[in-house]
Amino acid sequence: MSVFTLSQPEREALLHKELSELTQHHRANSPEYDRILAASGFTSAATVAELPWLPVRLFKNLQLKSIPDDEVFKVLTSSGTTGEVSRIYLDKAAAAAQTRQLGATLQQVLGPRRLPMILVDSKGLLKDRRSFSARGAGVLGMATFGRDHAWALDPDGKPDLDALRSFLDKHGSEPFLIFGFTFLVWLHLYEVAREHGLDLSNGILIHSGGWKKLVDQSVSPEEFRRRFREHTGLTHMHNYYGMVEQIGTVFLEGPSGGSLYCPDFADVIIRNPRTWQEQPVGEPGLIEVVSTLPTSYPGHVLLTEDLGVLDGIDDGDWPGKRFSVLGRLPRAEARGCSDTYREAA
Amino acid sequence: MIELQRLRETFRTALDLPADAPVDDLHYQDNDKWDSLAHMSLVAAIEDEFSVMIDTDDVINMSSFAEAVRILGKYGVDFDA
Repeated sequence: MSVFTLSQPEREALLHKELSELTQHHRANSPEYDRILAASGFTSAATVAELPWLPVRLFKNLQLKSIPDDEVFKVLTSSGTTGEVSRIYLDKAAAAAQTRQLGATLQQVLGPRRLPMILVDSKGLLKDRRSFSARGAGVLGMATFGRDHAWALDPDGKPDLDALRSFLDKHGSEPFLIFGFTFLVWLHLYEVAREHGLDLSNGILIHSGGWKKLVDQSVSPEEFRRRFREHTGLTHMHNYYGMVEQIGTVFLEGPSGGSLYCPDFADVIIRNPRTWQEQPVGEPGLIEVVSTLPTSYPGHVLLTEDLGVLDGIDDGDWPGKRFSVLGRLPRAEARGCSDTYREAA
Repeated sequence: MIELQRLRETFRTALDLPADAPVDDLHYQDNDKWDSLAHMSLVAAIEDEFSVMIDTDDVINMSSFAEAVRILGKYGVDFDA
């Protein structure tokens, strides 16, 4: 039951129908969302690209939800760089769906079994179970996909060589899962594995988080893969792109590396930041993400503040669009559109 | 009934509940004991107790005590014994 099956025409037909229905559903259940759409003059969309998007920043400014207060099961928060916080409201159904679909997406590369797992983080991250950081929640969500977890960092955030060695002695000869944030994986796993000759050849690495810090150190995604391969034997590596405002939807790097792919219930549209027109393959622009998972809040069509580029359509490891994330749009440029929405709301 | 009793005990220990706490009607995230962190400990404890390895989908779907009984049945644990 792979969720990477639909060609682009099939996907757009399905998403056009489901996302149009979701737009109506959210209009009927979220007065704020309805006001925004009314102010924009939206009536209906002939294609997925014509559906009205919300700037992702809006979830920091407004309480946007399509469920009554007494059905709120979980409130997810993400802290931005500025200290503003997005609030995402889930009911039981939406919370269950996001976990299930994240599972289906990752099983594409992990298979149905839970693999022994290295978490490239420190256990202290989960110390205060009342309030995990966004990072803690991400690590914990991912831990579901593994078993016999080992933490690669000690409580001070320093690499724990003994923990890595004893994990590899026990599990290194069978497939195992490694999860962590890209920068931590590079700094604390790659360096240590290379220095001490650790064999990661049976590992499957799932990692997320921007490349910016690494690019600052002159490590490109290609370089990341090449050096891991050469110095640790690790060949299975999958970056992913996702955000709390569309929790459960992740865009996953394919086996041959480089491009990110969309699961069947999601898609991306790259937009020219001046004209808002759809960009063709090879032309960078702002990333719009669409997903059928947000049923309890109007986050099904979101314009991010990230720049990306389409690498191809129906021509890669898996069907549909494939794309790369290039980095953040400089802050000032992104502010205009959300202000417009704020005034409208 | 022995297996059922073992599963109840495993739930109580993993979720840090009193020895006589009723668990048959328990649901995931009903109370603050069975949160996502405890879920991982619970799954590990069940795997140890019944010598099974539970697949990812079943970990995700194990949303109540009753579901755990159903899922473990698939792995050959006989609750009628």
